[in-house]
Amino acid sequence: MDLANFLIQLLNSVQYGLLLFLLAAGLTLIFGIMGVVNLAHGSFYMLGAYLAYALTGSMGNLFVAIPVGAVLSLVIGWLLEKILFKHFYHRDHLDQVLLTFGLIYIFEELRSMLWGDDVHNVAIPASLDWSIKLTDTLSYPAYRLFLLGVCLLLAVGLWLLISRTKIGMKIRAGAFNSDMAQALGVNIVRLHALVFALGVALASLAGMLIAPLSSIYPNMGSQVLIMCFVVVVIGGIGSVRGALTAALLVGLVDIFGKVLVPQFASMLVYVLMALVLLYKPEGLFKQ
Amino acid sequence: MSTPQAHLETLPRSVQVFLLLGLVALLAFPFAQQDFYTQTVTRMMILAIFAMSLDLLQGITGLVSLGHAAYFGLAGYVVAYVSPQDAGANWLIALPLAMLVSALAALVIGFFVVRTHGIYFIMVTMAFSQMMYYLFFDNKALGGSDGVYINVRPAGWGLDLENKWMLYYFTLVCMVITYAFLRRLLWSPFGRTLNGIRLNEHRTSALGYASFSYKLTAFTLAGALAGLAGFLWAAQTGYVNPELMGFHMSAHAIMMVILGGMGNVAGALIGAFGFEIFLDVFKDLPKIGNFDLGKHWQLWMGSLIVLVVIVAPQGLMGLLRSKKADDE
Repeated sequence: MDLANFLIQLLNSVQYGLLLFLLAAGLTLIFGIMGVVNLAHGSFYMLGAYLAYALTGSMGNLFVAIPVGAVLSLVIGWLLEKILFKHFYHRDHLDQVLLTFGLIYIFEELRSMLWGDDVHNVAIPASLDWSIKLTDTLSYPAYRLFLLGVCLLLAVGLWLLISRTKIGMKIRAGAFNSDMAQALGVNIVRLHALVFALGVALASLAGMLIAPLSSIYPNMGSQVLIMCFVVVVIGGIGSVRGALTAALLVGLVDIFGKVLVPQFASMLVYVLMALVLLYKPEGLFKQ
Repeated sequence: MSTPQAHLETLPRSVQVFLLLGLVALLAFPFAQQDFYTQTVTRMMILAIFAMSLDLLQGITGLVSLGHAAYFGLAGYVVAYVSPQDAGANWLIALPLAMLVSALAALVIGFFVVRTHGIYFIMVTMAFSQMMYYLFFDNKALGGSDGVYINVRPAGWGLDLENKWMLYYFTLVCMVITYAFLRRLLWSPFGRTLNGIRLNEHRTSALGYASFSYKLTAFTLAGALAGLAGFLWAAQTGYVNPELMGFHMSAHAIMMVILGGMGNVAGALIGAFGFEIFLDVFKDLPKIGNFDLGKHWQLWMGSLIVLVVIVAPQGLMGLLRSKKADDE
């Protein structure tokens, strides 16, 4: 593998890793703070991709569609928390698994009613539809760089939110000990709704951003959901820092595995997870 | 993960009668001469064996495995590999071999996974089954993403599984034996210890039981029984592919067990039939005007599951229990 190729794969790994992070951050926070196993998290990713498709269609521009879609997802997440999820925080994990599995069916059907079962595509915005020439034969698409940049910004923003703001302090307190945080005067009910909506919006953002690069198809959430759980478990449940580390690690292993040992590439991530858990049974950054 | 409530291990009289009536109905069913439905019911019975094997882990021992399909699918692949091109494999060899391979795989994987607890156990079992899935999916030598066909189904000793009736009754016998075996196991000292591990593992090991060995034995046994279901599945469909080991198959089994009610084997059995019957009914719903109810089966199935979680947190069998508790 020459240098240019190596750099391309490295960029791809980081970009895939950051995208996974956007998804896993919400999942790990929802699990860490509310104790909810949310199998339907992949559906929010799918929701994002379809929102990008529908909103770009009606508004004509992906750059307008993304903020509008993000706000919509926040609202949807907030409503779901208020109507359904908040009643399941103290239920057995298995009940939550069953509930969210049922929700996957419902979301898939609603998706089918709204947008049909066909595979859709979102065009790359014209302003980003060019590539950077690296060598005579290799080039790197500008949209992928844009995606990388946006994911980085979002990751840094999330890190600032959690480590530098008052809300972030409350979120960390909630993840550490929810009852104690409540006893100390944190409005835990509002915090829960906020975290859930944030998680949904981040997952949906990941779906919207990836839409121009991948096709949009039914059940697209389920594959990514498994990857998210792998990331969350490797990182340690409830740890955002762990999710970031694990996501980048998974990105590297997956992308380079596909280049170097294509026959065993898809297994590698799970081997990594099994190894981490055997060595550190509660993940890398268990709090 | 597991709640210390009684899991309805002593079946109420109503359930016993219901199961007995169910058995009579199953015995008589093929005489209705509905070929299509005979095959559907065969599939349900196979899934019931699969669900009961998972209940040994999930309900009785408190180990929620999200990778149980790995052993189910592996047994199917064994059948495919030992079947000659132009003749059926001898089932007296193929069946024990399939179960043995599944049990061995469960023993090796179990050695690593039963050390973990709770949500981590769920995730590690999933990770190992995904590894197996991709091993078979990505390697052409093992069949690849297309899977492997079984041209002629297993036969031997007067039994020919090509014959739909024989397959039906053979599956029924396997299901009854699995049920009886697991019910007997539930009340054996071994089963009581597994129950103790579910309720409080620390206390059980403090009493001197080597919980690791007990859990590993249960995991291996459950793998072997999943292998039995996998053998039957391969014999019925004549085709195996990696999806049999996939995440969805594992989740499907968990859903069947939760839907019926965990920890008493009968719940898993009822849950498996319930889940499949609901699926078939929803898919066959009629058209009303322009609106095709059957086409939107996912909506009904999803709503049903959400409803069950809200009104019957302990599964369909749990409904009986709370009613009984109210009566007392």
